Amino acid sequence: MSDRVELAHNAVGRRVPTMVNGRPQIPYLGVGKYQPRGRKAASPIRSNKDYPENGDKRVVDLESALRKCGLRDGMVISNHHHLRDGDKVALMALQAAAKIGVKNLLWFPSASFPSQKGAIELMEQGVIHHIEGSMNGPLGDYCTQGKMRGMGVLRSHGGRWQAIQDGEVHIDIAVIAAPTADFFGNADGSHGKSACGSLGFALADSTCADHVIVITDNLVPFPCVPWHIQGNNVDYVVEVESIGDPAKIVSGTTQITRSPDRLRIAELVAKFLREAGIMKNGFSFQAGAGGIALAFVQYLKQMMKEDGVKARFVRGGSTRVLVELLQEGLTDYILDGQTFDLEGVKSMANDPRHVATSPFTSYNYHGKGNFASLVDAVVLGATEVDVHFNANVVTHSDGRLLHGIGGWQNCLFSGCSILAVPSFRDRIPVIVDEVTTMTGPGEMVDVIVTERGIAINPRRIDLLDSVKCSKLPIRPIQDIKAEVEKICGGKPARPKLGDRPCAVVKWVDGTVLDTVWQVG
Amino acid sequence: MSSVETSPRPGEAGHWGKDVRSDLHVAFEARDTGGVEISLESRVAAYYGASILEQAGQVLDDLAVKHARLLIHDEGALPFVIAARIEAAVRRAGLGLGRKSLPIPLLLPAASAKDRLRRSRLYLPGSEPKYYINAALHGPDAVILDLEDSVHRDEKDVARILVRNTLRAVDFGPAERMVRINQLPLGLEDLAEIVGESPDLILIPKTEHAHQVIEADRMIGEIKSRQGTVRPIWIMPILESALGIENAFAIAACSENVAALTIGLEDYTADLGVVKTPEGNESASARSRVVNAARAAGVQAIDSVFGDVGDVEGLRRWGQASRAMGFEGMGCIHPGQIPIVHEAFAPSIAEIEKAEKIVAAFEQAQQKGLAVVSLGSKMIDPPVVQRALKLVNWAKAMGVIQ
Repeated sequence: MSDRVELAHNAVGRRVPTMVNGRPQIPYLGVGKYQPRGRKAASPIRSNKDYPENGDKRVVDLESALRKCGLRDGMVISNHHHLRDGDKVALMALQAAAKIGVKNLLWFPSASFPSQKGAIELMEQGVIHHIEGSMNGPLGDYCTQGKMRGMGVLRSHGGRWQAIQDGEVHIDIAVIAAPTADFFGNADGSHGKSACGSLGFALADSTCADHVIVITDNLVPFPCVPWHIQGNNVDYVVEVESIGDPAKIVSGTTQITRSPDRLRIAELVAKFLREAGIMKNGFSFQAGAGGIALAFVQYLKQMMKEDGVKARFVRGGSTRVLVELLQEGLTDYILDGQTFDLEGVKSMANDPRHVATSPFTSYNYHGKGNFASLVDAVVLGATEVDVHFNANVVTHSDGRLLHGIGGWQNCLFSGCSILAVPSFRDRIPVIVDEVTTMTGPGEMVDVIVTERGIAINPRRIDLLDSVKCSKLPIRPIQDIKAEVEKICGGKPARPKLGDRPCAVVKWVDGTVLDTVWQVG
Repeated sequence: MSSVETSPRPGEAGHWGKDVRSDLHVAFEARDTGGVEISLESRVAAYYGASILEQAGQVLDDLAVKHARLLIHDEGALPFVIAARIEAAVRRAGLGLGRKSLPIPLLLPAASAKDRLRRSRLYLPGSEPKYYINAALHGPDAVILDLEDSVHRDEKDVARILVRNTLRAVDFGPAERMVRINQLPLGLEDLAEIVGESPDLILIPKTEHAHQVIEADRMIGEIKSRQGTVRPIWIMPILESALGIENAFAIAACSENVAALTIGLEDYTADLGVVKTPEGNESASARSRVVNAARAAGVQAIDSVFGDVGDVEGLRRWGQASRAMGFEGMGCIHPGQIPIVHEAFAPSIAEIEKAEKIVAAFEQAQQKGLAVVSLGSKMIDPPVVQRALKLVNWAKAMGVIQ
């Protein structure tokens, strides 16, 4: 990391670097303020003459495939994270690169997981220069301790698509883990021993990278049907014994929280949707796979049954809980971005109403619209929210990286964005004066639901009106904050952050929303 | 909500570890010289480290400890818990006797009425502070800070200090603040520690004789008069043996301060040597006698708990049958049971509508100066009018009607 970084104040008053990893940056200008220009990036033109006429693109191993792709120092290597903490392919690719002897790679995963902590050793050896993608656990600590040589770049799922299509990140080699594939490179995620459901996060990589390698542990004779990844974009196919640990790719059973406080939050969210009139025939919602979100769906389902209401579509992260909605006729479709449990994978494989989507259809801001903004309500989490409804989802209150952004920023564009959070965790207030790291500007956050009450963004007069006759515990956010500070024995001390940027948080349009500072 | 079992060690109190939340462990060592030395490890050190150190120093000061070493492992405990654990550790080391370190008190809620609504009471183990802060959010009519069965016998001294601080510093909203003390005579030590913090009601477990209630009542009265407070502290004896059931009326009637009578079915069925079933046929006659004795003494009859948290329908059936027998409420061992219990003990719409008609007829008769209340061609007896009035008031209190 260069020691001298120029900083500028962006539209929300945050100090952000004007240059990140050698590329000039635009400080965040406000929602919808940045106007992109130019044409989209694309991969080079290729010719059939350079590919086998019989369609067989197999090579003996990953190292050979990387060599054939012309791997050299400083290249950008990408992976998707559909195999989650069970993924073996990313490290396999990076270690093969190490064996070849290249240095200073930019690793560009759609997200990283704790099981990929082996990347730290590769950074120490100089094989990887830096990571652009979500980091948590050991990788997050490595970054916030300022040990990474480049700056981390955190993007939403939609923001990653935007960065690829806008040419901000040019992928040299995409290595795509495929639970099923044929020798031509057609690939799919919903079948095979390592089935993970959708492969949507790899779509942009497959169309925009210079070179694409598909790596599978379930090679089927041509054609691989259905194909989520088109073999026409693929250079090489590698067959291996195993691409991941099935137990960690999807969970066997999805657990709904039993914590009475979290259940209360979930129930309040469901009641809010009902009382505000959002839960009505033909509506849509999105909820993730966190404990509160899953419990929320259970409560909402009960209310939908009581009121005879059916949704047109729900968006996942799908789990058994959403699959049951589909099977019981309470929604016409699941539009699924990623699949968290076995029931979800099975449903996507067998039920045509359970549709795999991609960050392009759902989240990309530099397109002609996306699904996220069509969703009536979304239920999200956060590590901190402040009295201006700004929210933090990437760092602990002490500044250490905790979560990736995922689809969180993109989902804020829904008709009603709800953050369902406990008002404090382990004595640490969740509602604060000012968030440590701005991940979502307050104007995009509509409702905050805690166990102690519901705070509605004063900008949303319509929502305030819609529930003013209900019995819901609607309270000003300052009121909840004051109560929590009293319980916790005063305001928490502000964390001591360093003055060296170690990562940046991008907004959905590629501008820089905030900086993650070195800790300790 | 199980109790955490530890063996008491001199100068130590509380819990810490990966799975512990909102608690702390304190190791205290008295010294002869050198002042106070405090070391702290806390998962919230970045936010409240300085505040915890300052508070620890203050607590030691309150307990007149001048020279000591204090080792704190904190798992995000709130201040009233921190004070309680340090005080317990100091006392276990044989210091600070006769002194207390009390947290800043909240304004006391309104005193509770003898015949207030007591449909649900939520049990909170006396050694698990993490359940306290949000207990009232789940809307129970009462919370019970339990010093008896949920607290290991070696932890009674620590738990009663925590419960004392809890009564003082935790906002339970509109919920009645109950404490289940230990069986006498140990329960008298509990009273000595907690009565000063004005609990609304004391449950006396394993009551078999009226004199046990009288003894506890007298001690409560003495502490209150020493403090010069008149705020009522009600008593709910728990009958948990065949002998207790036999003496039910005498127990219910022995003091003006007895507000309710309840039964503990685990111990009762054990005393009888029978198996406790979800239907409860084996205890039906004993429960019936509790109801009768309570009514005879003019106090509320309150049912036991339903032990299977996962069995929602079983709980609902139990609660409905319980109300039909004459009980006015029951215990809850999980917040999830509260709404089901409230539903079960709510009067039906038909019952309420009938009662409202009777009340309306009564008010009409009052206006006309008539002594006899009639509804259509039927004359309504005074007790029926009284019951209807009570039901309508209840329905209002429960929010069933406006």
